Amino acid sequence: MAETLETVKTEPKEPLFGSKEKKLLLDPLTDNNPITVQVLGVCSALAITSLVYPSVVMAISVTFVTAFSNLFTSMVREYIPKQVRMIVQLVIIATLVTVVELALKAVNFPIWKQLSVYIGLIITNCIVMGRLEAYAMSNKPWRSFIDGIGNGLGYGAILIIVAIIREITGKGTLFAGSPVELKIIGPNGSYFIDTTTSTLFGWYTNNNLMVLPAAALFVIGILIWIQRSINPKLVDIS
Amino acid sequence: MESSNKYIIAFIVVMTVLAAVILAGMREATMASSLRNEEIFNKRAILFAVNDYLGKGLNASNLSDDQVLALFKERMEQVVLTMDGEVVPGVLAEKIDLAVEKKKPESERHLPLFIFNGKKEKIYILSVRGSGLWDEIWGSIAVRSDLNTIAGATFDHKGETPGLGAEIKDNPGFPGQFVGKQLFRDGEVAILVRKGGSRDKTYEVDGISGATITADGVTEMLQRGIGYYRPYLESLSN
Repeated sequence: MAETLETVKTEPKEPLFGSKEKKLLLDPLTDNNPITVQVLGVCSALAITSLVYPSVVMAISVTFVTAFSNLFTSMVREYIPKQVRMIVQLVIIATLVTVVELALKAVNFPIWKQLSVYIGLIITNCIVMGRLEAYAMSNKPWRSFIDGIGNGLGYGAILIIVAIIREITGKGTLFAGSPVELKIIGPNGSYFIDTTTSTLFGWYTNNNLMVLPAAALFVIGILIWIQRSINPKLVDIS
Repeated sequence: MESSNKYIIAFIVVMTVLAAVILAGMREATMASSLRNEEIFNKRAILFAVNDYLGKGLNASNLSDDQVLALFKERMEQVVLTMDGEVVPGVLAEKIDLAVEKKKPESERHLPLFIFNGKKEKIYILSVRGSGLWDEIWGSIAVRSDLNTIAGATFDHKGETPGLGAEIKDNPGFPGQFVGKQLFRDGEVAILVRKGGSRDKTYEVDGISGATITADGVTEMLQRGIGYYRPYLESLSN
């Protein structure tokens, strides 16, 4: 038998934050946004976004869960038996979400009470499972982690934009319920101008429709419309 | 990966044990904080009912956690009552949860009573619970030492509609109406919420437009819930 010369190929070390990583991080913010383009995770986007403060907390929680479940799944992706793939993914996601919920309860109880079931519902958020299947199961851990962060941020960006619109038009405040609450417009406004005496913003009556979940549908629909009009890459995708 | 049954079972077992250890550890680590936060949250809700009596510009919404606990320790007596008006010794009122009590047969229920030592008089805080339109509602009614004049009220709900039923909590004008009204007329609970506007200003408050069923729920909750305290209040005035 002929001896074969083995040449050990050394792969060039991949940069920690090269162009591929940047793409993973920035794409979900615009071109591949989980809510407006992939249309995943819309459910919680409707329910939470009536106020900005819970939306910020939700965005951070989803980013954390997506990033770390991507990371852990990617780390064990070669050892997961095919037959129990989904079960293993679910356990990873559920454990992470429960950790987030317990931490939230200990650090900020009023927000936990306000978000109630929606934190638990992150387990069913399609973005988390979607990214696991689409990316983490076939890519390396660090890249998967970045992809998770990118998608979480994309989701968070939409959530916060919708929440800002809904809270200002529906309640006239920003960050209500948080230590930095601002009353912007309407009969009690005081942030820019004291509207009890000025007529500049004082005429505004809170629009109650914006507080109901249906308004979130309208706002997200309009956002999708605007995004597709501006971004030429999205025009042919139906 | 295609794997043998033994491998699958081993993988699942290891993963489950790992998840269990992580979750149990997380719960242990956060248990003390969560319980303390919950206690402060509930106590703060009670203090809202005596907001006007806290003194010198203090407001239940901007008290620090330690201030809430201090106020309760120094100025709040806690009494637990049976439905007959007897005092149950050795139990703290803060441990009584009306949601749990209402599952017991009516004669076996315990009632929490908080007595606040105001600067000039004692204020009695009664807890009530009932049904709104979609889900449960609850609240605290503070009564002055004449055991008839209302000193303050605060309401909360599980799932009333924002802008309509939820106004019992979100709009301070609603519970504010109760201040100064009388609870009892000829020994019966006479306080009520009237759709279309109060008529008898001593015993009635204005309803909320579009929230008739929630407001009727408040009336029912008050008349039944305060009625539970009648035996004790009558024994006090003798």
